[in-house]
Amino acid sequence: MTAEAPAVSPAPEAGKPTRAGVRLPGVGDSLNKGLVVTYLGLIVLLPLAAIVTKSFEDGLGGFWDAVSSPQAVAALKLTVIASLIVVVINAVMGTLIAWVLVRDNFRGKGIVNSVIDLPFALPTIVASLTLLVVYGKDSPVDINIAFTQIAVVVALLFVTLPFVVRAVQPLLLSLDRDMELAAESLGAGKTRIFWRIVFPNLAPGIATGIALAFARALGEFGSLVLISGNVPFKTEVSSVFIRGQIESDNLVGASAVSVVLLAVSLLMLAAVTFIQRWGLRHDR
Amino acid sequence: MASSSTENRLSRYRVQGLLVIALIAFAAIVAGCGSSDSSGGGSVEVVAYSTPQTAYEEHLEPGFTDTDAGSGVSFTNSFGASGDQSRAVEAGQSAGYVNFALETDVTRLVDSGQVAKTWQDNKYKGIVTNSVVAIVTRPGNPEGIESFQDLIDKDVEVVTPNPFSSGGARWNIMAIYGASLNQGKSEAEALDAVKQVLSQTPAQPESARVALQAFIGGAGDVLLSYENEAIVAQTAGEDVDYVVPDDTILIEQPAAVTVDAPQAATDFLDYLWTDPAQQIWQEEGYRPVNKALVDETRFPTPSGLFTIADLGGWDKVATDFFDEDNGSIAKLNEELGVEAQ
Repeated sequence: MTAEAPAVSPAPEAGKPTRAGVRLPGVGDSLNKGLVVTYLGLIVLLPLAAIVTKSFEDGLGGFWDAVSSPQAVAALKLTVIASLIVVVINAVMGTLIAWVLVRDNFRGKGIVNSVIDLPFALPTIVASLTLLVVYGKDSPVDINIAFTQIAVVVALLFVTLPFVVRAVQPLLLSLDRDMELAAESLGAGKTRIFWRIVFPNLAPGIATGIALAFARALGEFGSLVLISGNVPFKTEVSSVFIRGQIESDNLVGASAVSVVLLAVSLLMLAAVTFIQRWGLRHDR
Repeated sequence: MASSSTENRLSRYRVQGLLVIALIAFAAIVAGCGSSDSSGGGSVEVVAYSTPQTAYEEHLEPGFTDTDAGSGVSFTNSFGASGDQSRAVEAGQSAGYVNFALETDVTRLVDSGQVAKTWQDNKYKGIVTNSVVAIVTRPGNPEGIESFQDLIDKDVEVVTPNPFSSGGARWNIMAIYGASLNQGKSEAEALDAVKQVLSQTPAQPESARVALQAFIGGAGDVLLSYENEAIVAQTAGEDVDYVVPDDTILIEQPAAVTVDAPQAATDFLDYLWTDPAQQIWQEEGYRPVNKALVDETRFPTPSGLFTIADLGGWDKVATDFFDEDNGSIAKLNEELGVEAQ
């Protein structure tokens, strides 16, 4: 299973109310809505419903047995903890990268800007192979983390890099600098300006980026298969554990663990929605 | 912020949306179990595990079309992980001829009614190629590994695919187990040997192919692999050596035709058992199933060679060892996990 990026509403542009707006040209309003609902139903909801149904095929007991086996618990624990570490690092570093890309001018900025998206373009198995070469036994930079839990985090950092950067960048670009200047002229220090003015405006973007990165990290498979080691109880993440369940023809178990991942994703989305509301409060 | 009328409209859309979704779901369930039939007279749909791809595409299929029975026959090929391929056919992928790494992948199709129960009623019991589990080492075998027991005695790092995510890796586990029995150990001691080897794995990659990549990328001192895969790696220019232990398991790779396959698929399978085809397999690194053809200088028969039948056959082994709840390997993984914490 891959946890696809969940539908997070894009962060509203700072300072602009979003409810009112032009209607889409062409087809009628309700037809558009019908189209969207049908599309989402076919592409997202139906497969998700199928997974949930499958996971409860053997009843609640079967579901619980599948997700509470020691190996499943160990894999889930590693996956969730690694993903949490990854989003914390992403939140800080992603915002920093976006900041530098928007506010600073330096030679090669365009190149750096386009490098950000490369992890998305690279087939994940290639990413894994590359990481193994660079951070494995024969590491040219003398860093050997292959087949450790650190490797899991590094691989996840690699594939989730663009989310926070790309969510924060447009917010930073449209941020009204007059606010910062006004605050400065009123005597606010740099730290205070950042936390009271800039950060609340960026928070919805950071939250969106975190949610996407987290969901992606939970379901990530390809970039981990080579570098993580897949040793049960040590470096086996949920997606690989699920792979084992499928190979053992235990689709119910595979679905059950997937449902747990979906539930964790959903929790994160709820938290993000909360943060976005909090961020929006500062708009008014 | 939102007026109450917007709220109302939103919830109405929500209701409509749910209705649409319910309708779609219903339609999907009704349309659910479609079946597929394969037909096509002069065309054979090959669905096989990934290793023999070159052998099929470059040698065996052209070889077959050069025979009388194969004249004018065309092929469509699908290669991938053995278990995935088998499940794809079960789920409806059209297939005429199937070749897997593991008997249980054919059994799955027998259970679903897509392969005849009698598929093993022939001279070679449904097996089209043989190989053995080998120990792939760094160039020159610096650790001096000759047997599975050496892995333990010399405490080397072992890379072997995860036996739960890679069905084919189960051969490796059974090789260690059976070799210990051959050495006069009890079943419990043999399981201990497996456990010991698994505790020495820095990585248990998801599939045999990934395991080879990891080993070439520097992981571990040795890799457990099929002899034919080791030969393929060497042919591809990888800097590895391999040892065939005296006590090791005979890998038997099954092939079958599906019940609604065209005659051409049956002819193809018959061809694969002929001497010329078995010679091609041998050139590609496999051991011929026809013992008379085996090149003993290249493929000397290990003195302690045993088969999966000696260990009870795949049906029994799959349950006793690889059941993910009660199998002894699952339990052993659990013990290792507890010890590690």
